[in-house]
Amino acid sequence: MTRWLGLGRGATMLLVFLLGIWVATSGLLDQMAIYWDDITYLTRQHVFLVASSGGAAILVGVPVGIWLSRPSMERYAETVMQVFNIGTTIPTLAVIALSMTLLGIGFPPAFFGLFVASLLPIVRNTYAGLLAVPSHLKEAATGMGMTQRQILLRVEIPNALYVIFSGIRTALAINVGTTPLAFLIGGGGLGELIFTGIDLMDTGMLLAGAVPTAALAVAVDFLMGQAQLRLIPKGVNPLR
Amino acid sequence: MIRLEDLTKRFKTPGADIVAADRVNMEVPTGEICILLGPSGCGKTTALKMINRLIPPTSGKIYINGEDTAQLDDIQLRRNIGYVIQQIGLFPNMTIEENICVVPRLLNWDIRKARQRAADLLDLVGLDPRQFLRRYPKELSGGQQQRVGVIRALAADPPVMLMDEPFGAIDPINREIIQDEFLKMQAELKKTIMFVSHDIDEAVKMGDKIAIFRAGRIEQYDTPDMILAHPANAFVADFVGADRTLKRLRLVTAEEVASTEVPVTARSTKVSDALHQLTVAKARRAVVIDSDRRPVGFVTAEEMAGASGAVRDFAHPLPATVPIRADLRAVVSEMFAHDTMWLACTDDHGRFAGVITQPDVTAALRATYGPDKGAGLEQGAS
Repeated sequence: MTRWLGLGRGATMLLVFLLGIWVATSGLLDQMAIYWDDITYLTRQHVFLVASSGGAAILVGVPVGIWLSRPSMERYAETVMQVFNIGTTIPTLAVIALSMTLLGIGFPPAFFGLFVASLLPIVRNTYAGLLAVPSHLKEAATGMGMTQRQILLRVEIPNALYVIFSGIRTALAINVGTTPLAFLIGGGGLGELIFTGIDLMDTGMLLAGAVPTAALAVAVDFLMGQAQLRLIPKGVNPLR
Repeated sequence: MIRLEDLTKRFKTPGADIVAADRVNMEVPTGEICILLGPSGCGKTTALKMINRLIPPTSGKIYINGEDTAQLDDIQLRRNIGYVIQQIGLFPNMTIEENICVVPRLLNWDIRKARQRAADLLDLVGLDPRQFLRRYPKELSGGQQQRVGVIRALAADPPVMLMDEPFGAIDPINREIIQDEFLKMQAELKKTIMFVSHDIDEAVKMGDKIAIFRAGRIEQYDTPDMILAHPANAFVADFVGADRTLKRLRLVTAEEVASTEVPVTARSTKVSDALHQLTVAKARRAVVIDSDRRPVGFVTAEEMAGASGAVRDFAHPLPATVPIRADLRAVVSEMFAHDTMWLACTDDHGRFAGVITQPDVTAALRATYGPDKGAGLEQGAS
């Protein structure tokens, strides 16, 4: 197993190396470098879109998931989750378009569209993760004299944390992947280079947008993976 | 002490009202274990969970050490009652130490004091604190987890413990071991314990008293021996089983029925002296012991009659011996295995401690049925 992993890693590095040589010799690197100022400016805009909409989705999605999982909400929670599930089936491009019809163009509709698209997996996983905490743990906690709040913070959330994190990870992957579309409704970001590059058939411009977008997606996923590995207590972390 | 007065629980269901507990009255004296026993759905768990209000009672009163618990709020009440459940319920996200410290921390104990307590308790159940404090529940075996479950309930030293089939999910061999450990611990700690079980053997072994439930009512509340000897009605008799007399064997130890006034003799004793000893004692046989007072054989009067020489020439080997602490079930089992009417008993050091005969055993069982109900057997129950 480890031998195959090692081989795979070696092959990947070789591939990256060859790709580097090809890019350097083909002159694409120079074509991309022309857009350096655009890249830095738009990347900043892009990251801000991802961070703000993703962060807002976490800040809203986790509490909503917790709220839906409370026993007092039992009767309505499934209905609400059905609505959310239907929402998930709408393609993100359609979400962005609908958002524009509501809020016009610019940053607000882009932010709102991305926020909605990333909200769903977070709510769903928070809700499902909390419901999956075995009832005997809650019974033991209640019997020991914990308050409802203590049970939530010390027992339910820690035991659901892995599932909640998986939801956030999925949501951010969707978010990063959808953000280039924000350009279409005037939200800016690296989509500007990608779509303009496509329209002008300018490969250098296109790559100047695509490569940072891809790098950003990989980086976000890597960071989330590390967070999932390190922040979740050892006793409930299947990765450790 | 726990006292329940007319404790009642009614559930409303769309079809009809269900009475899960119907005017339950009982009292568990301080330091005793009371087993709530019955088939599933008989209300024993409901009765237990009303005490720490996991199920709110419909009516009735609960007193703990004379204090009406209705005066306390749920949280206060529960923090002062140890609670153990069948699924154990150790929190997987916490280490063993954190698990044990939960209630002490809720009660605002100093962290160092709580940690010390966790280490002491682990020691008490034979788990090395250095090895186990930092582990997570999933790294422990089922038996180890259940031990931790019990000591977690003991952590804040509550006077009262509620145990809901605590040993139900453990394999039979480990269950026996943990039950024995628990009884040994209880002999020192003297907690007042309510214990739900559906296993009559466990109830007889663990209980000072047994309450038998059916359809939310107590059918009989008495010592294990009285329940086995005098079931109050057909339901109780049926529930404790047709072999209830045999179950009573477990309640009595050999020590209580063995006769110690048995002639003993050494191997080198002259036959004439041994015969004289037997005549004086009006006995037919003597147990032969070695210089350390260990039983090694026996001689009978008939075989030695008129002979000369030493006892060793007439001695038969003993088929088996039993420890004097063994319960009568083990003794009878040995008797049947070796097809013998009597056995020599030994103390903890292997020294001769008396003789137990089959008539002794049947007499002990009969004692409870007589007019003087169970004198001398009551202690055997605890």
